[in-house]
Amino acid sequence: MNFSRKFLIGVPYVWLLVLFLVPFLIVFKIALSDYAISIPPYAPTLELANGWQGIVDLISGLDFENFVFLLDDDLYWKAYLSSVQIAATATVLTLLVGFPIAYGMVNAPDEWRPSLMMLVILPFWTSFLIRVYAWIGLLSNEGLLNSFLLWLGVISEPLIILNTNIAVYIGIVYTYLPFMILPIYASLEKLDASLLEAAQDLGCTRIGAFWSVTVHLAKPGIIAGCFLVFIPALGEVVIPSLLGGSRTLMIGKVLWEEFFSNRDWTVASAVAIILLLILVIPIVLFQRNEQKQREAGK
Amino acid sequence: MTINPAFAPWLDPQAKPIIDFQSVTKNYGDFTAIDNIDLKIYPREFFALLGPSGCGKTTLMRMLAGFETATKGTILIDGQDMAHVPAHNRAVNMMFQSYALFPHLSVADNIAFGLKRSDMPKSEIGGRVDEMLRLVQLGKFAKRKPHQLSGGQRQRVALARALAKGPKLLLLDEPLGALDKKLRHETQFELMDIQEKTGTTFVIVTHDQEEAMTVASRIAVMDHGRLAQIDTPDRVYESPNSVYVADFIGDVNIIRGAVDSCETESAGLKWSEGSAPIRALPGPDLKPGARAAFAVRPEKVSISQTEPTDMHNRVQGKVEDIAYLGNMSMYFVRLADGTLVKAQVANVRRISRRGITWDEQVWLSWTDTAGIILPD
Amino acid sequence: MRKLTWFNTVSLTLGFAFLYIPIVILVVYSFNKSKLVTIWGGFSPKWYGELLQNQAFLDAAKVTLQVGVVSSTLATILGTMAAFVIVRGGRFYGRTLFSGMIYAPLVMPEVITGLSLLLLFIAIGMDRGVTTIVLAHATFSMCYVSVVVSSRLVSFDQSLEEAAQDLGCTPWDAFKSVTLPIIAPAVFSGWLLAFTLSLDDLVIASFTSGPASTTLPIKIFSSVRLGVSPEINALSTIMIALVTVGVVTASIVSKRAIAQQKRDEQMAEQ
Repeated sequence: MNFSRKFLIGVPYVWLLVLFLVPFLIVFKIALSDYAISIPPYAPTLELANGWQGIVDLISGLDFENFVFLLDDDLYWKAYLSSVQIAATATVLTLLVGFPIAYGMVNAPDEWRPSLMMLVILPFWTSFLIRVYAWIGLLSNEGLLNSFLLWLGVISEPLIILNTNIAVYIGIVYTYLPFMILPIYASLEKLDASLLEAAQDLGCTRIGAFWSVTVHLAKPGIIAGCFLVFIPALGEVVIPSLLGGSRTLMIGKVLWEEFFSNRDWTVASAVAIILLLILVIPIVLFQRNEQKQREAGK
Repeated sequence: MTINPAFAPWLDPQAKPIIDFQSVTKNYGDFTAIDNIDLKIYPREFFALLGPSGCGKTTLMRMLAGFETATKGTILIDGQDMAHVPAHNRAVNMMFQSYALFPHLSVADNIAFGLKRSDMPKSEIGGRVDEMLRLVQLGKFAKRKPHQLSGGQRQRVALARALAKGPKLLLLDEPLGALDKKLRHETQFELMDIQEKTGTTFVIVTHDQEEAMTVASRIAVMDHGRLAQIDTPDRVYESPNSVYVADFIGDVNIIRGAVDSCETESAGLKWSEGSAPIRALPGPDLKPGARAAFAVRPEKVSISQTEPTDMHNRVQGKVEDIAYLGNMSMYFVRLADGTLVKAQVANVRRISRRGITWDEQVWLSWTDTAGIILPD
Repeated sequence: MRKLTWFNTVSLTLGFAFLYIPIVILVVYSFNKSKLVTIWGGFSPKWYGELLQNQAFLDAAKVTLQVGVVSSTLATILGTMAAFVIVRGGRFYGRTLFSGMIYAPLVMPEVITGLSLLLLFIAIGMDRGVTTIVLAHATFSMCYVSVVVSSRLVSFDQSLEEAAQDLGCTPWDAFKSVTLPIIAPAVFSGWLLAFTLSLDDLVIASFTSGPASTTLPIKIFSSVRLGVSPEINALSTIMIALVTVGVVTASIVSKRAIAQQKRDEQMAEQ
């Protein structure tokens, strides 16, 4: 391998090893360490001054205590389950909202398409924090939504939405909507009106044609969109913090609080490791799906 | 007997080749793309590498350009070993199949690109670019960008760019593939013109045998990494050295059988019981009794309703099909033993006035030197 | 021929309303004289004034911009290199690990990335500040840049580079004179994406920042936890306005480019 090739491969490789892989291994190591009242708040630490003995001391000081703790304490496994449930529900909701929009875009006249596309992408470039913040004002008890509904006379008392799971659902759907719309739109673009006509000609009702032709064609986009929403939603921190209540259990928020509020880095690390293990399944499925799509496309 | 063309450096033992492949092999893992090739190409030749996809012709060209290295063997250009000479240091330029014009540069800048990286003084570059533009008749298009040009115009820019540095050797990779038929014919003659005018050695890679026959001084027919035959177009056409070459170039009738007799000027093929052996020119390496194939071009087969008793080579058959192609007609005749033979007749008379029609019993005949017998 | 059914029209209208009404309200209330959301106190730009005098916000904005520019430039260089390795690298020792590391940050929850980086900085004794945020942002952004540049590289005609070498360029010269100018739009998009991600990042910055290096998202988050504030509305409006101008400009530029392309193609026919 000549020098320039070594350089080209080496620089990003070393960077990623140092700033991605090594930190990851450190998390793993700390998950196996004990809480200590020290700086840093974990023990054992690696005392290189002690040479080989230092390394032996380190490894003998590690244990799975934190993982056992996680399994014992209700809070954690409830939080994992709750996160999966919230992320899954939110994904389905995002699909229900996003699909009609994508479908509408596909049927729109050609001149409108670039503008519609721009309108979908614009929120994506706007600060995610701001967009979540916008809902605080809308959903609070004194917020705009309640004022509006009270004014209309539809309700007599304000609806409690903010600081509940419902607000979290709204937040996730709102934030991740472009990630659902775009893949579905991309799949549906190939939809040809003549396919629908052919289906109806062969005996399908309009709904039947819609289901067997349109939805089937959109399947790859739907699957991609669901993964693109579910996977990040699982580890969400900001939305449950700002819009959720104290009873909203999401694992990202739990990890955050464990780290910043409780200063228990060892438990936080263990939580992180388990979260990653849970995520491996959907990530591998997603990769497999992408691979299938690429091969189908050939 | 073939006529020697005036220009034939390959026949001159004193001539020094400009390209010399010596026992060159190229392997990609288990796959052998080029199998122990020896080839000499002489200055001022218009040399064609001809063969189907995957025969290795493009690999051979890329080795000349410097984009591939030989696994075994030596490649010499103008007597210099190219083993450690990278592409950018070779006095070889290439015209790519996709033209590879730089989309972000104008036509003039594309042509000047190589000149700016050569020893030419900056003041002379503009003049050379103009000269090239005149050569390919694109003077008015200097400022345009490639996407503002038609396919034929882009091809000419690619040619001008490749010739700008006055290379000793110009490689052309399927240069006319993307053009429509009429443009292709015009461009073939333009290429030959430019080659003669500039005195550059051209090596062209093509799968179109008509193209190779039109432009080339010599053709190398390739088959799975080997050279099947290297010869002038007329010799490759009239005297192919194998069934593969005979079949690849133009249309051919093949009748299989066994060698009946074999002398220096003539040979015979026994092909069916009860018929006289076919007389033809002898191909290489014929052994009496060995399996062989008789090859004759359709235009050399005569067709008649009466038996041509003055011809030794004559067979009977039934007209199965007639293809009318405007300037000529092709008769597809099925012989008694099942072989299909094609006879091509120029339409010197209107077809309605010719008597032969479908399902008619006809006689096919050809002279004793019309075809050739090749080992099978 | 596709037609808009009534269902399409309704879903498009409701859908875009859903996407934009919160933003519009945010903007409108940034001009609300009263501090409370429910009471409209009249039109007043005073919150913008207060915002621009709020030193904490201004400092945070400065840090955010610094981090943004430096980290995205770093990320673009690293990500472009990584893209070349992925697309053109062929086989080399440790390639699977490399691909894994390039794609993993895209699916890893930010809490984990942030946590791991902080633990690294502590383990090596590095003080948290602007540098650590820059390193963190460059690391996760480079993955996004590499995806963008990779997809451009895959469709890049390598015969252009060969042609350049054939005409006398060394491989590096070919890259500089031919490849780079042609993939420049993709590289620039990558930079822009990295910049946006950096500007918007809360979680990772929270983990990797130090006492004097508060970024704008961190500041906004801590303010917002206390409730709605019109100053935040004003800040949000400014940010939204900047992004809108950017996206609309890009849209117009791209429309013009497409029209120009059509004209050029027609010119070629003559």
